[in-house]
Amino acid sequence: MPIDIIILILLTLAALWTVMSNSLLFAAIGLALTSAILTIVMFRLNSPLAAVFELSVCAGLISVVFISVTTMTQPQSRQEVAQHTRDRLGRFKFLPLIIILVALALVILNLKPGAPLPTPETGEDVRNVLWNQRPLDLIGQVLVLLTGVFAVVIFFKEKSKDE
Amino acid sequence: MNSQALQLFWSFGPFVILLAVIGIYCILVTYNLIRALIGIEILIKAVTLLIIVAGYVTGHTALAQALVITLIVIEVVVIAVAVGVVLGLHQHNDSLDIRKLRNSKG
Repeated sequence: MPIDIIILILLTLAALWTVMSNSLLFAAIGLALTSAILTIVMFRLNSPLAAVFELSVCAGLISVVFISVTTMTQPQSRQEVAQHTRDRLGRFKFLPLIIILVALALVILNLKPGAPLPTPETGEDVRNVLWNQRPLDLIGQVLVLLTGVFAVVIFFKEKSKDE
Repeated sequence: MNSQALQLFWSFGPFVILLAVIGIYCILVTYNLIRALIGIEILIKAVTLLIIVAGYVTGHTALAQALVITLIVIEVVVIAVAVGVVLGLHQHNDSLDIRKLRNSKG
């Protein structure tokens, strides 16, 4: 269990670094790192299939999307970057303090980390649950995917018509 | 839920809360559209961790994994559409600052 606590602390620090970093590129990399550490937690909590999805989709695909949109947007001038960095530091300087205060409040509430992980019950199969017990979820996933595809297609079609 | 499961749930709970606080703070404070999306991503990570932990302590890991897979699919679609909107706004405004979005209709 202490290794789980260490991994969870690393997860929180990775998320904090993602939010606090000045560069959007580093923020995207920090988000991928957060997803990778969350994958380790999911593996340890006996959820390997969801962990593989998290690693391939969230740490891979979404990071690529964020890095692409960062490079496609217009780079700022050096003065704008310096001004932007000063503004950001002014606005984000309270976040580590808030995190420490929330953590202290949770410690005062006597939430005890360190409980041993119980033996997982391995009676159900995730494929059985996904295909037989929750078919409406699959239909919803297909509908959401189609909606997203049509939204992106319509968006870029209107943009090319404007050009 | 027995006491051991409850104790285990609350050993992961503080980190779920911390992740949610980081995501909410990022969304509230930033003026950059991409950083707002990153804040949403971190919030979704907190929800993912919460579902996985709840499934583990109740012994329904298969159901939790099915829900997380659905969540990941929805997350990808939301981010893809949002990135398209962000790129369109950047082409019209030459900026990702939400304070400069003055030419939207409506």
